Amino acid sequence: MSEGRIDLLARLPFLKAILNSRAFQPALMLATLFFFTLAALTGLFGTPAGSRNFGIIFVWIVWWALLIIVLVPFFGRLWCAVCPIPAPGEWLQRRGIISRVPGRLRTLRWRWPRRFKNIWLQNFGFLGVAIFSTIILTRPGVSAWVLLSFVLVGVILSILYENRVFCRYVCPVGGFIGLYSLLAPLELRVKDTQVCREHTPKDCLIGTENSYGCPWMVFPGSLTRNTYCGLCTECLKACPKDNIALNLRPFGSDLLVAKERRLDEAYKAFIMLGCALLYSAVLLGPWGWIKDWANMETPAHWALYALGFLTITLLLLPGLFWLTTVAARRLAGQQTPLRRLFVDYAYTLVPLGLAGWIAFSFGFVLVNGSYALVVLSDPFGWGWNLFGTAGVPWTPLWPRLIPFLQVGTLTIGLLFALDIAYRIARQHSRDHHSAFLTTLPIAGFLAAVTVGFLRLYLG
Amino acid sequence: MPRTPAILSWRTIRLLLPFALLALALWLIPAPATSAPSVRRISLEATQYQFTPGRVRVNQGDRVIITLTSSDVVHGFYLDGYGLKTRVEPGVAQRIEFVADRPGKFRYRCAVSCGPLHPFMIGELVVGPNVPFWRALGLTLTALAGMLAYLWQRRGQQETAEVSPDSR
Repeated sequence: MSEGRIDLLARLPFLKAILNSRAFQPALMLATLFFFTLAALTGLFGTPAGSRNFGIIFVWIVWWALLIIVLVPFFGRLWCAVCPIPAPGEWLQRRGIISRVPGRLRTLRWRWPRRFKNIWLQNFGFLGVAIFSTIILTRPGVSAWVLLSFVLVGVILSILYENRVFCRYVCPVGGFIGLYSLLAPLELRVKDTQVCREHTPKDCLIGTENSYGCPWMVFPGSLTRNTYCGLCTECLKACPKDNIALNLRPFGSDLLVAKERRLDEAYKAFIMLGCALLYSAVLLGPWGWIKDWANMETPAHWALYALGFLTITLLLLPGLFWLTTVAARRLAGQQTPLRRLFVDYAYTLVPLGLAGWIAFSFGFVLVNGSYALVVLSDPFGWGWNLFGTAGVPWTPLWPRLIPFLQVGTLTIGLLFALDIAYRIARQHSRDHHSAFLTTLPIAGFLAAVTVGFLRLYLG
Repeated sequence: MPRTPAILSWRTIRLLLPFALLALALWLIPAPATSAPSVRRISLEATQYQFTPGRVRVNQGDRVIITLTSSDVVHGFYLDGYGLKTRVEPGVAQRIEFVADRPGKFRYRCAVSCGPLHPFMIGELVVGPNVPFWRALGLTLTALAGMLAYLWQRRGQQETAEVSPDSR
């Protein structure tokens, strides 16, 4: 067993039995697909008032809160294992839902372009959604069409390409879940990499009579980070050597894996941090004019808003961080290429970015959570009262507690980020002194961002 | 086999103790005295999807009298932390009166579904001096300083990187 890891499959045999069952994952996907379908139908045919529409409330408040406050920080990519969006495409490819259908996947077997084997498409896809988010988050019809378009793209890509190309390279949500899953205290890994090297059939990649090859196109034997493992557990079902482990581990372990750090992921960290800051200002701030701009009151104003949004996330934040990296490099007299330091230190933004998103989410999830009871009874806003909760008045939940939760979350994120900054600096430095000097400018950047969040929430 | 250093050794505790005491002092230190309470009359206009003014500043202890009007559709008013809630129809002003006895920033929100951006129709009441903000800032920066001190005292300890850059 790896140091500091607890293999849950060894400790909990029933969990292993459940995950080995072919019915488990499809059952959960069918359940989420039911809610997804309801969200799409209510979005298309229900009331246009977002706060009375199941599609808006359950997707952007209930699901979002579950995802960003619970699932991603503690379970990494677990959502991707049960996500309904790739389900139709995957089931079409497989010609079945539960059992392993013999033969190869039914696709046109196109080859995914090499230049897109990264998360740049996910980065720009997320930004594309982000600049329209004020519309998407508040208009049930638009929200439904966006969700359905994801399914459509997923199906089309499943017809053209094998496996979950959509999840791996295209899904805007999957991109940030992958990045933030680096923090999660849960990982799927092999117990002994030597066993994988010596086992030439590679059942985990090509599948067996009871399992499909890894839909995420990942070889478990070389898996060192969570980013691209969708926790589907096909490898667990396939491995004849019983070499797959589901480990509990310290938070943030993957952030120290140096060999796989990349510019596209670094940019994802900037985009996510920038979006958390901007959403906090635009959606939760007191500035009505910027809400009007984001709400496309006039095309010219929206264009300015979009330009500002993209400039801040793609140029300003990375530019300031570049200068920070230059200062850190000079201060410590490091010889490592600047680009590599820039990419590596950008991973310190992962804990702070996630903390920023959680703090932002506390700001509207607790306040608007009571709408969930209303739409549960009246999902379309047609005057139904299925469970007797349609008349529940809007009741903000613990609004006085929200600033405490936000400060606590941001402080934890800041300290975590600082620890990671030092550890990454240590990987590039000969000694402690040099690593500590490198950490100081990064600490300044992290502190400035945290103060920015605090100013928006409490100042 | 070398012993793994404990996360919280006596040395670490001694190092972090001053920061913990500073944080405690920041938390407990009494807020500065404010000027004599006065009556603050504020005209607040609600339109889709903003309050004007969007940000209101008063002093702790002030009696705040808000005259709330709506110039388009039915809106609402809910003040976080104070639990005040009312509804305003176009052309009919509402009077809201309370004593701003709690310091800090409190959001006022539309409490009646007024259109797509209703959940984000938000304004801010800052009851000064904004001690909670300065305390939060002080605590966060103290934690930052404590963390830097903790990292500094790692001198000589073996840092374990899971995969060293040399293995690239």
